Amino acid sequence: MLRKADWTDQKVEVIIASLLRAGVTLSAAIVLTGGLIFLFRHGLTHASYHVFVGEPTDLRQWMGIVRAAFALHGRGIIQLGLLFLIATPVARVAFAAFAFAIERDWRYVGISSFVLLVLLYSLLGSGV
Amino acid sequence: MNILEFTILVGLGSFLAGFLGALTGLGGGVVLVPLLTLLFKVDIRYAVGASLVSVIATSSGAAAAYLKDGFSNIRVGMFLEIATTLGALFGAFLAASVSTTAIGVVFGLVLLYSGYLSSRNPAESPGDDHPDPLATRLGMNGTYPSLSGPKQYYVHRVPAGFSLMFGAGALSGLLGIGSGAVKVLAMDQAMGIPFKVSTTTSNFMIGVTAAASAGVYLSRGYIDPGLSMPVMLGVLAGSLAGARVLARTKTQQLRVVFALVIVALGAEMIYGAFRGKF
Repeated sequence: MLRKADWTDQKVEVIIASLLRAGVTLSAAIVLTGGLIFLFRHGLTHASYHVFVGEPTDLRQWMGIVRAAFALHGRGIIQLGLLFLIATPVARVAFAAFAFAIERDWRYVGISSFVLLVLLYSLLGSGV
Repeated sequence: MNILEFTILVGLGSFLAGFLGALTGLGGGVVLVPLLTLLFKVDIRYAVGASLVSVIATSSGAAAAYLKDGFSNIRVGMFLEIATTLGALFGAFLAASVSTTAIGVVFGLVLLYSGYLSSRNPAESPGDDHPDPLATRLGMNGTYPSLSGPKQYYVHRVPAGFSLMFGAGALSGLLGIGSGAVKVLAMDQAMGIPFKVSTTTSNFMIGVTAAASAGVYLSRGYIDPGLSMPVMLGVLAGSLAGARVLARTKTQQLRVVFALVIVALGAEMIYGAFRGKF
């Protein structure tokens, strides 16, 4: 049973810190894996980042990224890792909202939920 | 240059940026974009996208180290994140509609200002005990550990801090930097929050702010996996190594050198922008 007294701000922050660390470690591992595949296949191609063309639609939306990653495309796997990385702070805000709810601090549940909505809009809705 | 060579060189450069950023406390993002655009001739939109991603990684990776001491204030951070995330969205949309030359100039000005900020000692924050009633209502006043036990502090001028945070978010979204300096300024100077509490809370906020604009960058196709991979891994490894070395180094002289580098890069960015390099 979760009791209010167990959920001091300090303890919440310690849990959040481990959450963040786990998220970064996971995404770095995925990015590294994808990077090795990418370099193995395309390492000797000419590098051109001087001219801006933008990424293909596949690598802009999470569904396309997941598809590309499961097809074992190096760039798709890297992008999946980056997606995890961007999702990590989002998870942190969601967890804070949850923790504030246990503390019955409804004002801060509202504040965290608003921040969460802004983040979700950016991640899911801004490209449409 | 082929992709393998490019990846290795960018990875090394990013490692160095992350390492020095952590050692000096100025963050790696601020030198990363100039490095990528001026030295590696990367388009500034790709550079900003890759930098944003690395900012999220370092902020999240460093969180555990910052938390041990119990300085950060989660309520202040969460409340101000309303302003930084909205500002970040604004900045990210702005990045798509202004010219790359304008982005280069603004970046240069921010570099010059950061160099100036880091060259002077932080002024003592106003130590009066009359908190903003809004801060009290929002439960923001807190304590931090000191040698003589927990010490109480009060939060002042919430609206001023809130507005500054919107600006910090907008800069972060436009330039792909953490804009930790502006965040600390808002909390420490405007809101009168103790310096240690300001810096640790700022670190927490940087990742959330960057995530708010990274989503927009991703969906606009500004985040290139081939470029972001060495940048993110390099900066992350560099900042972790830097934090480890930090404990046993004197950084005062290094800070001065780094501040000079930042000022030089700022001038170079502005010069490059006017020469139409971006």
